[in-house]
Amino acid sequence: MEADYAVIGGGVVGLSVAWGLLRRGKRVTVLDGDDGSFRASRGNFGLVWVQSKGMKQPRYASWSQQSAAAWAGFAAELEDGTGRSVGLQQNGGYDLHFSEETLYATVAQYDALKDKLGGNYPYEVLGRNALSREEPHIGPKVAGAILHHQDGHANPLRLLVSLADDVRRLGGTVLNGKTVTGVSKPDAFKVQCSDGTTVTAAKVVLSAGLGAMELGPKLGFKAPVRPQRGQVLITEKLPKLINRPSLIARQVDEGGIQIGATNEEVGLDDSVTQPGLSGLAAEAIAAYPALARAQLVRSWGALRILSPDGLPIYQESPEMPGAYLVTCHSGITLAAAHALFLPDWLEGTAAAPDLEVFSEDRFPVS
Amino acid sequence: MKTDSPFLELAGDAPRVRVWFDGQPLDLPAGANLAAALLAAGVQVFRHTPVSGAPRAPFCMMGACFECLVEVGGRVQQACMLDVEEGMRIARPHEAEADHAEL
Repeated sequence: MEADYAVIGGGVVGLSVAWGLLRRGKRVTVLDGDDGSFRASRGNFGLVWVQSKGMKQPRYASWSQQSAAAWAGFAAELEDGTGRSVGLQQNGGYDLHFSEETLYATVAQYDALKDKLGGNYPYEVLGRNALSREEPHIGPKVAGAILHHQDGHANPLRLLVSLADDVRRLGGTVLNGKTVTGVSKPDAFKVQCSDGTTVTAAKVVLSAGLGAMELGPKLGFKAPVRPQRGQVLITEKLPKLINRPSLIARQVDEGGIQIGATNEEVGLDDSVTQPGLSGLAAEAIAAYPALARAQLVRSWGALRILSPDGLPIYQESPEMPGAYLVTCHSGITLAAAHALFLPDWLEGTAAAPDLEVFSEDRFPVS
Repeated sequence: MKTDSPFLELAGDAPRVRVWFDGQPLDLPAGANLAAALLAAGVQVFRHTPVSGAPRAPFCMMGACFECLVEVGGRVQQACMLDVEEGMRIARPHEAEADHAEL
C-alpha cells in the first residue's frame, strides 16, 4: 500500500488535513485538481472569523472558536517549516452596520448565543464615536459596529502555498492536475484518475470542495453541497487605511484592500458582473469614503461550498467505512482545527473532537 | 533633473514638451510612453511601497505588474499605460500627504 491516507482535494481543506496527518507520522498522498477546477482556496476572503457563525448551532460557533484559538500556533509551526509568514492578524474584527436597528437586532442574537456558549463570546458594541476612534477613516453612514475579539484574518494565498510546501517537506506526496473518476474498495481503497493514475490507501478523505457534488455519492455520501458565488475587488496597495477587517473590506498585510463579497446563487458560474462589482464598490465607499479615490487592480469571482444549513460536514461513509467526507464553507477559519484536531477524529482516538452535529444524519434522504 | 540614465532613447522627431515629476521640470517626447520616457530621463524611483517604503520602478512595461504607479491628475495610475502630454504633473503616489489622511 502506498499511503495510509489518500486525500482527494488539494485546496486549503485537503492540505490542512494532510499536513495534520503527516505530522502524526502518517503517509499521505494528496490528489489535487487542475486549472479548470473550481478553487475556493484561490479566491476567498481570508477571514479567520468567529462572529455570526453558528447562530442556530452553538457547536459550530465553538468549533470555529477552537480553530481560531489554535490558529496562532498553527501559523507559527507553518512559518517554522517554510520560512514564510501567512500574514495572520487576530486583533478582532467588525460587523459594520449602517443602521442602529440592524446593529441591535444582531446584538440580541449574539447575546443569546453567548449564553449558550457559557459566556465565551467576547464582543463589544461600538457606536459611531467609539468606532471612529478605532477606525479614523470610517464613513458617516456607518451607525456602529460589533467588535468581536476572536476575529482576524490571514493571507489565504500564502497559506495555500505554505501548506503545499510543508506537506511535501513532511514527506507527503501531492499529485497535481488529477481528476478523480472513481474510488473502489476491493480490499484497500483504490482511487482512480482520468489519466490512468491509481493511488491505493488504507483510508480516503474527500475534501474536494464542489467536486464532492459528483464524487460524494460514488463514495456513499449524500454530499448535498452547492456553489454560491462571491465576487471581490482588490485595490492598489495603500497606506494604512483600515485597522481591523470586516465582511465589507479588509486591508491585507501587503497593503491592498480586498472588498467583498457578493452572495449569489448562480450555479457553477464564477464570472464577475458589472452590477455585482459596482454594488460592492458602493458599499465599501459608504463604509470607508476614502476608497472612492483608490484604484482597483483586480476583480474575480469564486464559488463558496455551502451545505443546506451552511455548516461543515464531517461524515464517515456508511457504505465504504474508512472514507470520510470533510467539507465546509470556511476553510481558512477552520484550517487550524482541520490540521490539529481532525486527525484524532479520522484516527478514532480518545482525543477525537465531538463532531456529531456535523454528520449527514441532519439531511433528509434524497 | 539631470539625464543620467542607463536607458538609451531612440532617435525620434517628436517635439519635447515640459512635464513635472516630483516638482522637477523634465522635457519629454510628446506622445511617448510615460514610463519609458521617465526612465530615459533618469527617474529611477517612481514610488515607494506603502507598507515597507521600498523603492519601486517599472518592471513589466505592459500594464500587468503595477510597479510603475505614479500619481497624475490626482489619480494613481500605471505610468506604462500613459502617454506623455504637455504640462503633466506627476508625483510619487501617497507621498504628498503628510499623514496619509486622504488617499
